[in-house]
Amino acid sequence: MDPQRKRKIRLVVALSVAVLLSVALIYTSFSASTEAKEPSELIGASPGTNAEMTGKVVKGSIRHIGNGIAFRVVDRDGNGSSLPVTYRGTVPDPFRGGREIVLTGSVENGTFVGEPETLITKCPSKFTTKSNG
Amino acid sequence: MASLGSVLLALAFLAAISAGVLALTARRGDERRLLISRRVVYGFCALLTACVVIIEVAFAGNDFGFKIVQEHSSIETPTFYKLAAMWSSQEGSLLLWAWVLSIASSIALYATRNRLRELVPWATAVMMGVAAFFTGLMLFAPDVQPFATLSPAPADGVGLNPLLQHPSMMIHPPMLYSGYVAFTVPFAFAIGALVTRRLDAEWIRATRRFALIAWAFLGFGLLLGARWSYTELGWGGYWAWDPVENAALMPWLLGTAFLHSIMVQEKRGMLKVWNACLIVGTFSMALLGTFLVRSGVLQSIHAFGDNTVGPYILALIGVVVIGSTLLIVSRLDDLRSEKQIDSLISREAIFLVNNLLLVGLTAVIFWGTFFPLISELFTGSKASLAAPWFDRYTTPLAILLVLFTGVGPLLAWRRVSWESAKRIFRIPLAVAAVVTLALLVFTDAAHKPWALALFALAAFALTGLAQEFWTGAQARQRLVGGSMPAALVGLVSRNRRRYGGYVVHIGIVVLLVGIAASSSFQTNRDVDLKPGETAVVDGREITYVKPTYAVDSEKYTFGAKLRVAEDGKFVAFLEPSQRFFRPTGQETGLISSYFAGEATSEVGLRPGAGADLWIAVRPNITEVQARVRRADKGFAACVRGAPGAPPQCEALGAMMRAAAADPRLRPQAFAQISKLQAIAAAKVGQTYLTDTAPATFKVIVNPLVTWMWIGGLIALAGVLLALWPARGRRRGALVRTEADARKEAKYREIRDAELDHASGKLSDEDFAAVDAELRREAVEMLNGSGNGAGADNGNGSHPREPEKIEQS
Repeated sequence: MDPQRKRKIRLVVALSVAVLLSVALIYTSFSASTEAKEPSELIGASPGTNAEMTGKVVKGSIRHIGNGIAFRVVDRDGNGSSLPVTYRGTVPDPFRGGREIVLTGSVENGTFVGEPETLITKCPSKFTTKSNG
Repeated sequence: MASLGSVLLALAFLAAISAGVLALTARRGDERRLLISRRVVYGFCALLTACVVIIEVAFAGNDFGFKIVQEHSSIETPTFYKLAAMWSSQEGSLLLWAWVLSIASSIALYATRNRLRELVPWATAVMMGVAAFFTGLMLFAPDVQPFATLSPAPADGVGLNPLLQHPSMMIHPPMLYSGYVAFTVPFAFAIGALVTRRLDAEWIRATRRFALIAWAFLGFGLLLGARWSYTELGWGGYWAWDPVENAALMPWLLGTAFLHSIMVQEKRGMLKVWNACLIVGTFSMALLGTFLVRSGVLQSIHAFGDNTVGPYILALIGVVVIGSTLLIVSRLDDLRSEKQIDSLISREAIFLVNNLLLVGLTAVIFWGTFFPLISELFTGSKASLAAPWFDRYTTPLAILLVLFTGVGPLLAWRRVSWESAKRIFRIPLAVAAVVTLALLVFTDAAHKPWALALFALAAFALTGLAQEFWTGAQARQRLVGGSMPAALVGLVSRNRRRYGGYVVHIGIVVLLVGIAASSSFQTNRDVDLKPGETAVVDGREITYVKPTYAVDSEKYTFGAKLRVAEDGKFVAFLEPSQRFFRPTGQETGLISSYFAGEATSEVGLRPGAGADLWIAVRPNITEVQARVRRADKGFAACVRGAPGAPPQCEALGAMMRAAAADPRLRPQAFAQISKLQAIAAAKVGQTYLTDTAPATFKVIVNPLVTWMWIGGLIALAGVLLALWPARGRRRGALVRTEADARKEAKYREIRDAELDHASGKLSDEDFAAVDAELRREAVEMLNGSGNGAGADNGNGSHPREPEKIEQS
């Protein structure tokens, strides 16, 4: 085989591998992702709706129930009515009223039930100008 | 002082612009103007240094008239954190960016003051353009002026967030910034090379060190961030595929690819387009990292601040990407490779594969990071990808990387015959096979095929690297005699770049082993224990001995004393705790304010070569909180003079009423109240010690995780080894001419080939062919350079010079 042809074959093989991989990447990312929703979009959602919920914990709403916690969240801009949430599992240090959280779970009986170990609390910003009391 | 700072900042902005303009308008050979431009850059650096000093003095002196000081420091903030608080603010971090850039630019221009005359003007213009951009932001963008003032000056500041009060958190941001910023230098010189069509390896030789330093800073910054997360955040992990983490990892990966592929351009004149694209990509990713933390575009656990500077940085990224792409496309003819890859079994071919893997890895992470935006574009709703998705793609790619990390260093440049390849790979392959068998027989690694594959390949790579040191030292011993250790030292000190690189490889492989083991074989359990109870986690008996407690004016600390034993034998006491901080800068008269601020975990950590035992506690403070609320109520009732209150209350109430009427009495009244409150807080907190409610413990047994940190430090040592100036070049290393540099690179290549031959990497025939080629190239170069430094000698004898260097 002459070198020119060999190079061309190599290039075609490399490109097709790259294309195949990117198709797999794109396909799996759409199927593996969870939709991000805010509490107002989940209020009244049909039972069993899965979502990655992003919201703000209502101050003073956190209760300990057994070895889990229950609290309410509102949209990140603080508007709208609040959604009740239950969660069992590790609670990150920065978790508290007024903080933004991300939690994966599903809606059951009007309550958002978080999957264990999926609660993420935003780190207090290094760049916010207000104190996070 | 603040107004002086503003003036200096404005002058710095003008200096940056004028340095760029002076450099660009200097005609060829106009040394004077170029010299002035360089001096203006030094001046720019001095002005920004003065700005930083003013801010730091304000922090150290509690000058709360400075807005930045008031918002990020307080009287009680420890001095170390006061000095580091500058970059915990948006405006301070921008100032840090510009300042580090001014230092890097000055060093780069000083180092090239007698070289690269055509390129330097353009490089200066690019660096100063970026510098002017960041300085301009601080002058003209809203809310990010570092010298903004508050009038009248408040008495105290808000203080620094307690979560950030951790030594590694203070070093981590400047490390990352230095990494991001130092990539500006190779980028600027690449643009200069493209504009002036000087596309040989000169710009690479001049900026290689900056790229390596940038890479090391970025990597060390990432490692410190991981360490902080592991010890401070109370979740026991070190990486979460969070957008901000990814934003720092992507330029690091592209930088890794760049550092490898520039070697191919230096030695073989190939991959020029690729290198130009890589440095543009790396620099854009660095800007993207700077952008992501300030924009709020993506959801991240690192909460983002105001969006004021986000759009500007995005615009800069747009200019960089589009401008550079157009430039590269217009120069495609000049970027043609001087040669082609001879053989697929050669170092350059493996480098290319490794490069593709690194770029692929970056592409995967990029896609995953920006997927929320992509999905919003196509489906209308934001959806995000979690860690399992990232793991699925990055794990196999990382394993392939380790494989090629093992193969690459063992091969010589240009070509390796099958016979030599078989000889070279015999021992590493055998060791990998033995390790795999041992793991299969003695451990449960079989359940985790990915981890098993990584361990086997790590054994392969490490053995290969050890063999490199061994055969190299043997070859040197044959050449110069002496003992084996002496030969090893001589070998490494004479080939710092090569063996420094190998040490980095060892470090990275060790680090990956740590990651693979700790993520695949971790035991993670939550247990509820009452004092006196014992739990067994992965063979370790953990007994909750007693609750612990401490209090001071800023925080409550509730924790646990734990006794750890293995097989009934005492191992250690661990004392994890959780701290509850009062929000600073807000005066409240309530003890319950202790629970209104941040809570941080102090982890009980027993590191070990085999496994770390990591324990965090979540104390049950429901009872204490209830008692605190009662105490607050009682206190309020007491001050009001409720019936049945103790007599001291009356005095206090009277004092309060007097203070309400006469403001001068207030400080005294407040002092009295805080004193009483401190006593009450201590008493109430004390009751935690007699609580028998169970506390929740998160217990993690993390195998081999220590090797992650050790690997990182080994890699850092390797970088230092590679950067250390070679002997004899230390003086006057910076005044070499381009011809000298090119000649030296060729000599080095000949030496490398000789070393590869002597250490058995190149067979006799291969060596003969490669050596002849190299010598021909060297002769061509000497002839071509005409009146170059070597013309006084006969051409034929010249290529022998490297051996003289080698043996001297």
